[in-house]
Amino acid sequence: MISSILFLILLITGIGLFIRNSKKIIAAIHLGTSLPIADRKKERWFQMLRLAFGQQKMHRNLLVGVLHLVVYLGFIIINIELLEIIVDGLFGTHRILKGLGGFYNFAIATFEVFALLVVFSVIVFWMRRNLVRIARFWSPEMRGWPKSDANWILIIELVLMGLFLTMNAADYTLQLRGHEAYPLAGAFPVSGLIVPIFQNFSIDTLVVIERATWWLHIAGILFFLNYLYYSKHLHILLAFPHTFYASLEPKGKMANNEIVTSEVKMMLGLPAEPVSSDEVSFGARDVHQLSALQLLGAYSCTECGRCTASCPANQTGKLLSPRKIMMDVRDRATYLVEKGDAVKDHFLLDNYISREELWACTTCNACVEECPIGISPMSIILSMRQYITMEEASSPSELNSMMTNIENNGAPWPFNNEDRLKWID
Amino acid sequence: MDRLNVKTIAEYAAEGKSPEVLFFVGCAGSFDQRAQQVTKAFVKILNSANISFGVLGKEETCTGDPAKRAGNDFLFQMQALTNIETMNAYGVKKVVTTCPHCFNTIKNEYPSLGGNYEVLHHTQFLKQLLEENRISIEGGSFKGKKITYHDPCYLGRANGVYEAPREIIKKLEAEIVEMKRCKKNALCCGAGGAQMFKESEAGNKEINHERSEEVNTTGASVVAAACPFCNVMLNDGATATDSSVEVKDLAQLIAEAADL
Repeated sequence: MISSILFLILLITGIGLFIRNSKKIIAAIHLGTSLPIADRKKERWFQMLRLAFGQQKMHRNLLVGVLHLVVYLGFIIINIELLEIIVDGLFGTHRILKGLGGFYNFAIATFEVFALLVVFSVIVFWMRRNLVRIARFWSPEMRGWPKSDANWILIIELVLMGLFLTMNAADYTLQLRGHEAYPLAGAFPVSGLIVPIFQNFSIDTLVVIERATWWLHIAGILFFLNYLYYSKHLHILLAFPHTFYASLEPKGKMANNEIVTSEVKMMLGLPAEPVSSDEVSFGARDVHQLSALQLLGAYSCTECGRCTASCPANQTGKLLSPRKIMMDVRDRATYLVEKGDAVKDHFLLDNYISREELWACTTCNACVEECPIGISPMSIILSMRQYITMEEASSPSELNSMMTNIENNGAPWPFNNEDRLKWID
Repeated sequence: MDRLNVKTIAEYAAEGKSPEVLFFVGCAGSFDQRAQQVTKAFVKILNSANISFGVLGKEETCTGDPAKRAGNDFLFQMQALTNIETMNAYGVKKVVTTCPHCFNTIKNEYPSLGGNYEVLHHTQFLKQLLEENRISIEGGSFKGKKITYHDPCYLGRANGVYEAPREIIKKLEAEIVEMKRCKKNALCCGAGGAQMFKESEAGNKEINHERSEEVNTTGASVVAAACPFCNVMLNDGATATDSSVEVKDLAQLIAEAADL
């Protein structure tokens, strides 16, 4: 009875905190302007199926793709067990679903095999991050928390799998000893290998181990659920909405601002529908002027750095790193949600992202092509350039000359438009 | 050499006619010396295939692409709406361009402003002509030569056109040697996003030098380009890396192979 009450408190606290964190994330995403478009639903579902469920872009490196798939499937499948754990916890039962018989044995055995595969994959991932010098894991923006965050995720996953297997091993040993609270149930192909270690343990010790690992396992899962808010690991949830809402347009397409269209049409004497706008501002100086999709992208980003590794500017030593753009946007949005609009004269532009980064982009779309979940750091760069050029008129002087040329003679160079056909001669 | 047979769309209109296709020459194609050679080569091909085409001539203005990528949507839309007004007035249905930036802009960004056309990049157009045997390049001078192809970002990743340019190289009976970074993974030449018009930001290398080194490692004698900006960047890169590789647009390769 007491354990049931304790369990209920643990569960409510864990889920309650998670709801609070989720609300903050939703608030942060809603700082953005227009909400994502949900037209062409069929194509969107398909895109989500392909990129998020199918992880299509992860398989370009087969080893990494398969290991990532194992961890992902492992977590989904092993968490089916969570249903039983919750029922057991609330009602003081033990392995309530054991009545399923053969199917139950099959399920437990499957969970165990996946747990072992997850352990293996997580160790390989840890080695790739820490022992193999893969450049994208050592960029300047990965110093400090981002790097330890990545390692913590792997460690937590390892610990959870360890707890799960130890719990099963203790349970199985008690079953074999004929303990009445532990009737025969389940099949333990992996934790069975640990059983010999428990041979000389007393029944009492085994019960303590079983109970302790059971509690730590569920507490660990609830902890991990709440760790997500502070971590890049949010992608396990947000990759799904992001791949649903991500652009379906050709990557080269940049949207046209409707207010501008209306103004230009009026200037050219063309029929125009006036667009009502209280506060007209162009481009983004801060996260409020980015779109909700761009902010969702920032929270969905798992900082893998494939974008940065493929960026031509980054490869040639420029300051720009598309991953840092995403990290900065998230940091800024989180700051605003946590602290409110407190600090004056503090913006995404200049305080987080420098102009030098923005002007280094060649808009080549390599970052967009690379992102496994379809994030476009490039679109944020272009939104911010738009602010610099249209609101401040402070783009680099060479670009100003180029634009003056277009304005005066219809070409980015100072040629006379009368000479457009000179090439024929 | 015969004079190029080029008519403006206004000249067609004066005769009460309209051409099948509008060749949107673009600013580079009109003014840049290297790109002018590509424009001429493409026109020679069009002439030899008896294509009814027109150009806008003095009525053409920049598509607005570099202004848009530099953040000036206002100037972009001024340019775009001006071009759309002109093209719609002449009843243009089909547009071909030798510049992937013009191609991308007209194809993707003009429709919502009222400019709806069938837009082709010249590599797509040339591939069609070759398939329909409207130009013949048999026994061409590139037979067996090693050619590598540099994917322009605004043709490749931006619009998914990877095969048409490669089909052309195959038709030249040349051997395509791919660079390590090609197609979806191709490395930019460094000119996109209005970088063409400014010095690059501080770094430890120029992007086009990096790309040219990759071109050089293929051992190809020719690097085929399909964009006037890539063309300039790769040519500068070849000079900077002391390479004798020739940078040629696919239209130039066809014109040469067909002895036009």
